[in-house]
Amino acid sequence: MAVDNRFAQDHWEKRDGESPGRHSEIVTGPVSDWASDFSHMEPEWAADPYSIQDDLRLRCPIAHTARFGGAWLPTSYDDIAAIAHDTEHFSSRAIIMGNFRPPRELAPIGGSPPITSDPPFHHDARKLLLPAFTKTAVSTFEAPTRAFCHSLIDAFDGRVIVDAAAEYAHQIPMRVIADMLGFPPEDGPQFREFAKNTLEGINLPPQERVTRMSALFYYLLAQVHEHLERPREDLTTFLINAELNGRKLDVSHVVGTMTLLLIAGTDTTASAIGASLWHLAKNPRDRERLINEPELLPLAMEEFLRAYAPVSMARLVKQDVVFGEAEMKTDDWVLLPYPAANRDPAQFDRADEVIIDRDVNRHAAFGLGIHRCVGSHLARMELRVALEVWLERIASFCLADASAVSWSAGQVRGPHTLPVSIRR
Amino acid sequence: MSQVKLQIDVGLCQGNGRCYDLAPDLFGDDKEGYGKVLSDGVVPLEKEDDARRAVLNCPEHAIRLIEGT
Repeated sequence: MAVDNRFAQDHWEKRDGESPGRHSEIVTGPVSDWASDFSHMEPEWAADPYSIQDDLRLRCPIAHTARFGGAWLPTSYDDIAAIAHDTEHFSSRAIIMGNFRPPRELAPIGGSPPITSDPPFHHDARKLLLPAFTKTAVSTFEAPTRAFCHSLIDAFDGRVIVDAAAEYAHQIPMRVIADMLGFPPEDGPQFREFAKNTLEGINLPPQERVTRMSALFYYLLAQVHEHLERPREDLTTFLINAELNGRKLDVSHVVGTMTLLLIAGTDTTASAIGASLWHLAKNPRDRERLINEPELLPLAMEEFLRAYAPVSMARLVKQDVVFGEAEMKTDDWVLLPYPAANRDPAQFDRADEVIIDRDVNRHAAFGLGIHRCVGSHLARMELRVALEVWLERIASFCLADASAVSWSAGQVRGPHTLPVSIRR
Repeated sequence: MSQVKLQIDVGLCQGNGRCYDLAPDLFGDDKEGYGKVLSDGVVPLEKEDDARRAVLNCPEHAIRLIEGT
């Protein structure tokens, strides 16, 4: 048997040095005007992005900032949808907006295919993953997910105040993605750190950011080696053996896709579960209605995804282009706030209200166009099961201390801490 | 009697799966999760509401309801 040396040390680039690409000046601190100096990293945005986005939609509707080396922020559904669908002018070679732009040569593959890939490469890299994430495929994880949710609630054991974010919402996707990738379940808390570093660490000094991202790379590489020694039925083994156009994947593709699955599979779904529980803790009428009419949950869940969509995506402008009145320059960022699209009154009736039986709900929580979240069926399964089990086990709950609830800044927004008083 | 027929534009479908979530009697998924119309796409009268809900909830506007075939 030929030795698989793709993952030997001399076959992957060194990760600790300066990467090629362009760094921009890190600018933090209070925003002077959201239309011309926006930042999704500031506390006002984390606390309430919706009123900022609603205001911009009326008066802009595409905001700009010189931060992050230059970036745009469309806020209407139509503009966000148009850019999401336009892969000719907007590249996904980086999708987390920060102070580093990877070199243009990284396209069309990008660092974490297929989310960072552009056509035509994107199509085949995505096709590889799709069968593992269909509704049918992810249904095999439903029973273990349900059992795990019950075990989390068992562990509340007589306590009156629990953290519904840290002790419930965040635990569930970590466990599910660890199972799917074949990682030790006890490594879950590390995933949380990796995700936080990736998504919320964008204004860290470059060397600090590189060090933290390297830790993730080396963790994943160690998992690859462990799977080479002990192959088993999971996504890591699948990626190691997968072929694209008759060739096995490069180490950068294998580890890049593992990065995507780990990072995109944790904080995103955790945020959706946490935000839904936050809503139900604050709105007893909705909570009681869902307990009395559990058949409404599928609709309610879509409404939570619309109203509290956790994820914004980013693109890089391929070449100077005029979009609406915005004169976008090559390598400007464009942030696509799907949460703003979902609250555009031109697209949704009573857009600012949460209507748990809304039955026409063309929301964009999982993105639009070719980059539709590959894990959307998994996320929906986890969200449904997490809410079903919580509502079945905990009859009544409310915010224990509204001022103690904190939200993550950046492109994935959800509760970090959510102390609730529970009555079982 | 006039019939309505469902069609999915495969160029627009991104596999969101709202159609087979909301109307599993009318839609299914293929092995990559893209939506497909079950049988010949002709909608039984009692399923017309389901068909319209699927159309109205597709984020990519990929489903067409052809009236009067």
